[in-house]
Amino acid sequence: MKNRLSLFAGPYVVWMALFVVIPILMIVFYAFSSADGGFTLDNFTRIGEYLPVFLRSFELAFLATLICLLIGYPISCALAREGAQFQRIAMMLIMLPMWMNFLLRTYAWMSILENTGLLNRFFSAIGLFDLINSIFGTDIQYFKMINTPGAVVLGMVYNFLPFMILPIYSVIVKLDHRLIEAARDLGADSATVFRRVTLPLSLPGVLSGITMVFVPAVSTFAISQLLGGGKQMLLGNLIEMQFKGAAYNPYLGSAVALVMMIVVVICMAVMNRFGEGEEQAVVL
Amino acid sequence: MKKTVSLTVALALSAGLLAGCSGTASNPGSGSEDRVVNVCSWGEYIDESLISEFEEQTGIKVNYQTVPSNEELYSILSLGGANYDVIVPSDYMISQLIEEDMLAELNYDNIPNFDLIADRFKNLSYDPENKYTVPYAWGTLGIIYNSSMVDEEITSWDAMFDTKYADQVLMINNSRDALGIALMDLGYSVNTDSEEELQAAYERLAKAKEDGVYQAFVMDEIFDKMESGEAAISTYYAGDYLSMLQNNPDLKYVVPEEGSNWFVDAMCVLKDAENKDEAEEWINFMCSTEASLRNMDYIWYASPNEEALEQYPAYYEENYGEPLDQELYEIMAAPQEVLDRCEAYLVRPVETRTLYNDLWTQLSI
Repeated sequence: MKNRLSLFAGPYVVWMALFVVIPILMIVFYAFSSADGGFTLDNFTRIGEYLPVFLRSFELAFLATLICLLIGYPISCALAREGAQFQRIAMMLIMLPMWMNFLLRTYAWMSILENTGLLNRFFSAIGLFDLINSIFGTDIQYFKMINTPGAVVLGMVYNFLPFMILPIYSVIVKLDHRLIEAARDLGADSATVFRRVTLPLSLPGVLSGITMVFVPAVSTFAISQLLGGGKQMLLGNLIEMQFKGAAYNPYLGSAVALVMMIVVVICMAVMNRFGEGEEQAVVL
Repeated sequence: MKKTVSLTVALALSAGLLAGCSGTASNPGSGSEDRVVNVCSWGEYIDESLISEFEEQTGIKVNYQTVPSNEELYSILSLGGANYDVIVPSDYMISQLIEEDMLAELNYDNIPNFDLIADRFKNLSYDPENKYTVPYAWGTLGIIYNSSMVDEEITSWDAMFDTKYADQVLMINNSRDALGIALMDLGYSVNTDSEEELQAAYERLAKAKEDGVYQAFVMDEIFDKMESGEAAISTYYAGDYLSMLQNNPDLKYVVPEEGSNWFVDAMCVLKDAENKDEAEEWINFMCSTEASLRNMDYIWYASPNEEALEQYPAYYEENYGEPLDQELYEIMAAPQEVLDRCEAYLVRPVETRTLYNDLWTQLSI
């Protein structure tokens, strides 16, 4: 970077140091401390007990990211082909839920998914349960949706989908259309154009999107508390519990947070390998 | 690409901010002119018109904040993240705070209304010489159930563990109450330090959880879920039951035959409080009979103010034009024979608290 520019980076450097670097150092410090202030590795030797929580978090976050990608990529492609006016409106609609408080949106899902919630009442009003019961001879009054891992994944997809769409869309919309025309001129069919031109060029957006969805999903605690009924404990809940709950133990909480950060960084690094040669995806 | 990133970063940041919004006490310069007091209490735990009335009467600005649980309050205090003056913790947390020397001794000359507090709420085990606290409200923990969804009359804690009610039960999401319920169901004291008994309580909870008895582990979500008939049985506090009853008349409350927990929440001043005089003025205001009556009517938790307790049925009748149901009054202010069955939580030694934490984490995994 040129010297002239680095002057302007000053505020950002200060911000990063104060609110990113120092807190991370504090977490590292806490993770290796015991309650009486001495150095210890105990916090890490105990982490094995929480393996199920790690596995569940990564599994649900992975699922949510995959679903976001499967929904987000086609939408981004379709959007990029539309007229400018349509794109603006569609973008606004995608962003619209973001203008509302995150917790409020998640609460709303709670009352939609409950056994006596909106969806189940709607199903029962249109006679869906009667129909099913008469065909299969069962006796169901509602679909159980709330307090399941599925509800947690749904909450993640709903909340983080825009973070997948935006980076992919921004990359695709700027693709040089002449490249696609050239590929067609050279005899490529649609599938080949997509495989050989569009997909590789959109990869940086995809990688950013995956990062943007996976990282908040793996560490969320509000979604799993509200939609999982406190029964699908994720890493975020485990960490929160150490700091704010009955189990006050910031040392263990820091250790868990540190291990989670390391695992996430490794995941991202491995993933970025796939993007090598293309433009590097940005890891937050 | 750059734009992509900055846009998404901005989004991520704003989402984070929105999600993480929980305020800490602000401290507008403690100049001599603008007097302030920073109060931290529980949600839905005050008639807010009392705040503006106090501000008008005294010219002291009240920064009123809330936390969801004693444990969270404790972690905020020990991380040093806030500068509250007055806090309203429950009995067992008060003894812990006294033990750790975090509370200031009160000057009761500044709190003449303390005389109005009934004698049975003074010198309680958490503050035996009554040097640090002024009681704010009290009540019992009990089972709340929906009589349209449960055929029998529930009288025992067994209902919280019964597979008959699979997926119908809400378990309270804090270790002290949840393990306490299991302890009481097994006939043990809620203040036991015995590892064996606590382990047994844990097994009882873990078994019921595995059998799918619990729909969810929740705190204030209980209001919505019980009022809408989403769940049939839950455990919560008497005052909150009375609030729920307003929205769903099918709900019933019972203090189980095995006994239960009765609690006192009391106002205390933190040792490093910057506004101790204002804090004492606030405490004095809150335990006047007038404020106690209005507060009791709003939050449905019983006041420890003797006059307010006696006058409440008449106050109710005057305001609502109908007599107060004696049954409801006794749920709010439990009579002595119910309290005799109940036990207050006492602070446990560090080893027991650690055991509680470990068992609780283990249960959640």
